[in-house]
Order: sequence, then structure tokens, then C-alpha cells
Amino acid sequence: MSLLQTVELRKRFGATRACEGLNFSVERGEFLSLVGSNGAGKTTLVNLITAHVRPDSGRILFEDRDITGFSVTARIKAGIARSFQIVNLFDAMSVFDNIALSVFVRDGKTAKIAALADADIDVRRETRELLAEFGLAAKSDLPAGELAQGERKLLDVAVAYALRPKLLLLDEPTSGVSSAEKAQIMDTVSAVVRAGAVTAVVIEHDMDVVFRYSDRILMMHEGAFLADGPPEAIRANEAVTSILLGLPPV
Amino acid sequence: MKAEAIALPRLPARLWPWAAIALGLLLLILVPGIVGTYQTQLLTYGLVMAIAALGFNLLLGYTGLLSFGHSAYFGVGAYTVAFLLQYFGIRSMELYILLGVPVAALVSAILGYVCVRHTRIFFGILTLALSQVLWSLALKFFWVTGGSDGLRVSRPTLLAGTLEFTGSGSFQRFIFSYYYYVLAVFVIAAAVMWVIVHSPFGKALQAIRDNETRARFVGLRVRRFRWAAFLLSGTFTGLAGILWVPLNGLTTPDILYWPFSGEIVFLTLLGGFRNFTGPIVGGIVFTYIKTYAVATTEYWQLLLGAVLVILVLALPTGIVGGLAQLAKRLRAT
Repeated sequence: MSLLQTVELRKRFGATRACEGLNFSVERGEFLSLVGSNGAGKTTLVNLITAHVRPDSGRILFEDRDITGFSVTARIKAGIARSFQIVNLFDAMSVFDNIALSVFVRDGKTAKIAALADADIDVRRETRELLAEFGLAAKSDLPAGELAQGERKLLDVAVAYALRPKLLLLDEPTSGVSSAEKAQIMDTVSAVVRAGAVTAVVIEHDMDVVFRYSDRILMMHEGAFLADGPPEAIRANEAVTSILLGLPPV
Repeated sequence: MKAEAIALPRLPARLWPWAAIALGLLLLILVPGIVGTYQTQLLTYGLVMAIAALGFNLLLGYTGLLSFGHSAYFGVGAYTVAFLLQYFGIRSMELYILLGVPVAALVSAILGYVCVRHTRIFFGILTLALSQVLWSLALKFFWVTGGSDGLRVSRPTLLAGTLEFTGSGSFQRFIFSYYYYVLAVFVIAAAVMWVIVHSPFGKALQAIRDNETRARFVGLRVRRFRWAAFLLSGTFTGLAGILWVPLNGLTTPDILYWPFSGEIVFLTLLGGFRNFTGPIVGGIVFTYIKTYAVATTEYWQLLLGAVLVILVLALPTGIVGGLAQLAKRLRAT
């Protein structure tokens, strides 16, 4: 049984075909990369899976349950979490509170109004552990808005990961950072995700990163899948390289 | 001879806020013994406005919603007291609070349900429009509300009727007793609000303020939280209205009118909406500025306008925010 399956998923924005009858599945425990040029439909696919946008037609199955009509909140409860291409954080709140909030939400504690957040020992302990896992412990008390870009990208992932999802969708977790930082971020993210046995779908442009960390790679082009396979098969696929590098097919 | 330095006890940094609170509270307890009746009365007004501003700032500072209609909830509190006296003959301050707070909560819940469907300017306009509806109802239903003349509210009894204020010298006795009464309610209200904004619920509100989209994608039901914040905010402001009317002795539609909502916004900005104590300081300072401006010139609104301009240009984080920045700079040097 696949963790996630889409059946003939379709989404158009005017004349633009963002997703054209997509059928794909994500297996439990895999680290899957979604690649493709800008406008290929990668972010739309993630948006469809997380209910950020609604499909024109088609179905989404999660653990064999039809979640197409589920709200954002219901999908998070089912076990789907995401990060964003443009960092989306709670900038005036501390790094600690950014992560702690996810833990409070996951544990259903956000309705607590008569107890101090800092007095919740379990949440504090788990938040500290997560900060350490993501290498952000030293920045714990800083407002998220004061972090460097690489740290912000990590925190963005950590906020989603703290929900302890079954499926984690990461939209370009290394965009806007230097090559050196990219490796650092991906090492951390990959280590945490694999240690937590979380299934991850990552949108990424940097093919070095993709080949290095992925179990499987899905190539999208104009709203459809062009190739699907392990890194070595994708590396050998001429259609993929010609599109990604802008070269004519040999 | 070498002068020996006097060693002041060094306080751990985390204890400073508590020391400041204890000192502030001690001052507030001692003030009536130092100043006269009039100053005590003014400070009571200041504490009432501080409660209103604490409620207002749960929406502005902690949830990121700017309401231009908080006069509605203040007015509902005040008119509920006036109705309880006028139509039911109730004179107990405790009953005013026990019955008035749920009424303010109910009205906040109903109007808030409508308002939180929108954000930004649309939210502000909705809050303004709904408060104006209440203002016009207070004017039009004059046989119930007294119209523009309003309703008189005599001095209530305090502490379940143990304190009554009639006969000679009763005004002074009332002002001093009522000051401590309001101070006690203020301390409780501030403590409750402090717990609320530091609770997991309060953290969720701040997350929604900072980034609504992300808040949705960590699983927060944004509109529900905004509604709860609105309800609490209106209820606190309603409590202020309940405490205000026995002090004022009269309630008129003026406190439901939009300029009064503007005053609540003003005093919150004056103290600073980015920190917890800002609205408290703003409520008290604004009361004094307005009182002395009115007494000094008939163009007092112009004077307040000038203060607002200076505030926005020179002190955008308000009095408390400005002082905090100054302290930070002094520590750095």
C-alpha cells in the first residue's frame, strides 16, 4: 500500500496546464525528489496535496483514504505537513516558540488558555530536542526574523517536521542559499528525516543535491511526468538532461 | 580618606521585571494617601482605561487585528450597568460585574463572529460600522436609553453591600474606596491577560499575527482563534465600561461613538502595542494628557492630534517601547 496516491489529478490556471491528469504514488519511507524546470507544475502538485489549492478533477488518496475533500487542518491531522519555497515563519516569535507552536498544535494543546506555555515540560523537552537535531539550539531565543537565510530555511523545515507527519513535503528547502550551505541544510534535513522514518517529497533544482540525497526522482514537464526512477536511471535519461540543461535531445 | 562605594544588592536579570511590578504596585497602593481626591479620581479613570487597552491590545498587539469599534464593548458594559440600575434597581458593584461581563462577552461574540470573517482594512471598517449601529440604537431608542441625555448611575455599594456611600463626605469616601476596588480588579485583569498571552493559546494568536498562511499550515484554525481573541478582547473592554460608569455617574451615547474607539487606539499606541505593559502606561498617561489638555485649551483635540503626530514620527514603539530601547542602548554603552 502506497502512502500517497494521486488519481488523474488535474489543475489548470486559465490556459496554463499545471497538472495534467497526474497519477503518482509515494512509498513509505522513501526520499523522493520532484524536479523540473520553472512552471513544470511541481509546486502546484505540492499545493494540491496539502489543500493549498483545490484540483479541477481527480482524487488524492492518503493511506488508502480519499482525502480530496479534506481541509488543510484535516490533512495535517492525517499526517501531511509542508514547508514553503519562500520562507514562511513567525518572524517576531523566538526560534524556540516557532517550533514549540507546532508541538502544541500536534498535541492539541493550543486551546489551553489558563496555563503558561513555558510551564509545559514535555513540549519544552521535545522542542529542545528538535532544536538540537536541526542545529538551531544556539539560536533558540532569537526572533526567527533575525536568523540568517540558511538557518531560516532549516527552521522552516523544522516547524513542519515538529508536527511529526507521515509525509513531509519540502518546497525547495535550499533555495536562496550558497552551495556550501545547501549541503549543510540537506545533510541535516536528510539525517533528521531518515532518523525519524518520515517519508519526504522534496522539490529541488540543484541536481547535485537531488542525485546525492534521493531514493527516487520524478521529473515533471508542463504539468506531466516525464521520467520516474532511481538517481542512476534519471542521470542516464537523455530527455531529462536535455530539458534540465536546455540541450536538444541527442 | 577613600570613599567606600555603597554596594547595592545585585538582582538577577530575570527578577527585574518582578521588582518593577512590585514597585509599581506599591506606588499605586500608596498614591491616594499622598495626592488628593481629584488626583485619585483621575488615576481611577486611568486604570479603567488601562483595562480597556489591555483588552484592545489582545487584538492589535497579539493577534494583528486593528479594531476601530471597541467603543461598542465599552459602551455595552456601561449601558448594562445603567439598565441594571434603572430597570432592576440593582446597586451592587459585584452584580454589575457578574451580569455585565457575560453581556459584553455575548455582544463581542456576536459582532466578532461577523468581523473576523475579514482582515486588515475590511476588518477595521466592519468593527467601526457595527459600533456605529450600537451608537445609533442608543440614540434612537431614547425611551430605553435616555437618548443623548444618557442614563444617570448613582454610586453603587461595594463588597456585597458592606460599603455604602451616602451622607456627608460620601464622595471622598467613594472615590478612595472605589480606587482600591478598581485597582484590585485591574491587578486581576492584568494577571489574567498576562497568563492568556503567555499560554499556548496566546502563542497561537501571535503566530497568526506574524504569518496567517503558515499558521494555517501548522494546523491552526485561524478564524476560530481570531474569534476567540475578539471575544476576550471585547469582554475586557466591556469590563472597563462597567467600572467606568459608576465613576462617571452618567453614561451617554458618546462612549459608543467612533471618536471614543479612536481614543482606545490612541492610548494603546501611546503606551506601545508591542509589549504587555504599553497599553497600561498608555491608558494612564492618556487620561492625564486629555484631562489637562481639555482644562488648558478649547483646542484640546488639536493638542492631542499633535501628540499623535509626534508619537508616530518620533516614538513609533510608544512610551514603553521607547524606554525599552533607551535602556538597551544604555546597557550597551
